[in-house]
Amino acid sequence: MSGHPSTYEPKYAATKWMDQRLPIIRMGADFMTYPSPRNLNYWYTFGAILALCLVVQIISGIILAMHYVPSIDGAFASVQRIRRDVPFGWLLQPMHAVGASMFFLAVYMHMFRGLYYGSYKAPREVLWIVGCLIYLVMMATAFLGYTLPWGQMSFWGATVITGFFGAVPIVGESLQQWLLGGYAVDNATLNRFFALHYLLPFIIAGLVGLHVWALHHVGQNNPIGVTEKTKSDTLSFHPYYTVKDAFAVAVFLLIFAFFLFYQPDALGHADNYIEADPMKTPAHIVPEWYFLPFYAILRAVPDKLAGILLMGGAIVVLFVLPWLDTSKVKSLRFRPVARGFFLIFIVMCFVLGWCGAGTPDDVALPFGSKMVDGVSVDSGLTFYRLSQIATIYYFAYFLIILPVLGLVEKPIKRPDSITQSVLGDKKHEKTA
Amino acid sequence: MSDTLDTNEHIDEEKRDFIFIATGAVAAAGAASVAWPLVAQMGKAADTLAAGSIEIDLTKIAEGQQLKTLWRGKPVFVRHRTAKEIAEAEAVPLSDLKDPATDDSRLVANPEGKVDPKYLVMVGVCTHFGCVPVGEAGDFDGWYCPCHGSHYDTSGRIRKGPAPTNMAIPPYAFISDTVIKVG
Ligand code: FES
Repeated sequence: MSGHPSTYEPKYAATKWMDQRLPIIRMGADFMTYPSPRNLNYWYTFGAILALCLVVQIISGIILAMHYVPSIDGAFASVQRIRRDVPFGWLLQPMHAVGASMFFLAVYMHMFRGLYYGSYKAPREVLWIVGCLIYLVMMATAFLGYTLPWGQMSFWGATVITGFFGAVPIVGESLQQWLLGGYAVDNATLNRFFALHYLLPFIIAGLVGLHVWALHHVGQNNPIGVTEKTKSDTLSFHPYYTVKDAFAVAVFLLIFAFFLFYQPDALGHADNYIEADPMKTPAHIVPEWYFLPFYAILRAVPDKLAGILLMGGAIVVLFVLPWLDTSKVKSLRFRPVARGFFLIFIVMCFVLGWCGAGTPDDVALPFGSKMVDGVSVDSGLTFYRLSQIATIYYFAYFLIILPVLGLVEKPIKRPDSITQSVLGDKKHEKTA
Repeated sequence: MSDTLDTNEHIDEEKRDFIFIATGAVAAAGAASVAWPLVAQMGKAADTLAAGSIEIDLTKIAEGQQLKTLWRGKPVFVRHRTAKEIAEAEAVPLSDLKDPATDDSRLVANPEGKVDPKYLVMVGVCTHFGCVPVGEAGDFDGWYCPCHGSHYDTSGRIRKGPAPTNMAIPPYAFISDTVIKVG
């Protein structure tokens, strides 16, 4: 679908004048008439939802920055002041914090959609890799931002995460202190985290530009993974998908509003209402929910460096996925065996999240009980063992299952065209 | 005619090459000299480096108590160990340790050159990911890190859990019989 010919005709003198100098109106008009596959379902609306999330985060973030004090003496109090005294601060601060959760919710949907319909396969590898980069920068941004309120979880989260760099052989300690700007997480760290947290969203916006450019260059994938062949396979982006996206955005905003107005703290951790104290660690350190699966992978091995490498590998593997999945068929709709493994993969991601939230030595799945010091306690699978099982599956899915299945699985027959899959054979014969 | 032209072109190209190389070399040197300050500014500032040392009066710590104080943004533990804790620390065979060190090697001698096993001074930071371990807890009577479950003994040595090394001993010295200077 590359080189979609422009149909824009400037009507007025002013638009003609502009079109000759900077054809930005033409660009917008072409965007609106972009031919999109006619069978895109609601899983494809998360792109628009994500664009909205980014805008919400940037606007609410700029406003919060106007009231926030990036110093270890003022940070905690300034955030509390925003929530209590600044006009509409009660709305804007949770909008930013809940918004981060909503952003990750949407990006996970978008990614699972891509995995299911094979959106990473040729010719969309670069599109996929840019997407992975966006996700990586989002993670960095979220981590830096979570540090800013300077609560107990902020402080200790930052200590633990920057501690990863200390595990690097030989240069670890110097590297960590260079990143922190001191011996420990302190004022210098807070200042630079604030500066970077303000910068990275604009990098994300730039990457999103590249992501959409690549998307429009190669054309959108679709639920059957069959390329558009005729004009009847496509629909103009506006009004067909603008309406569909707008409806999905409205539903998404209802969920957002529910959390924002009724449960603004449900997705955070209560310990972040205690000001950071470098002398006292909270009993149980956990990251935000959207990092829990990676946290579980980190803790699944008893070795510091190996844990970090494994956790990093869980993300690196996404970047090389286009070359790991050997199947020619894009959509899992036509790969029943792969679909089964994919469903288990999703379950395992949730299991990892559950393990990340739990205490490693606690029993996750009790299989009876045993006697310890005369009292009977549950015995069974601990979170530690469970996270090992799920971690193995996570990597096996990418490194073994997808490469092997692509070679041995026999996919079921795909429709010849998008029009045929939408209208069925009979209708297709009539129109043909 | 064409010969002379060729010669001229040849000379021009040499000049051009020289200018390219010379400009490139200056640009590379310039870029490097700007890049270094950009990287180095992230390091510890002079005031951070300077705020380095504190004095601690050991007589204020009763037997069985621990003093916790902030040094370089990190807690320092000074524990006045009980006879039982000292005995436990000394009884551990080195072969049981993940990061072998004798109890004595973790202490600093006083002005008379004697090590006093009563006072244990450590950086109170778990060597796993930097949480602050809780005292008088864990399977070895020493410290327990709640973050990922590392157990330290009464000498602050790692005994169980993911932490790779013993809790660190900060640089310190006795400035009198009862006062130490850390840093
Ligand atoms: S930080 Fe202490 S066990 Fe992980």
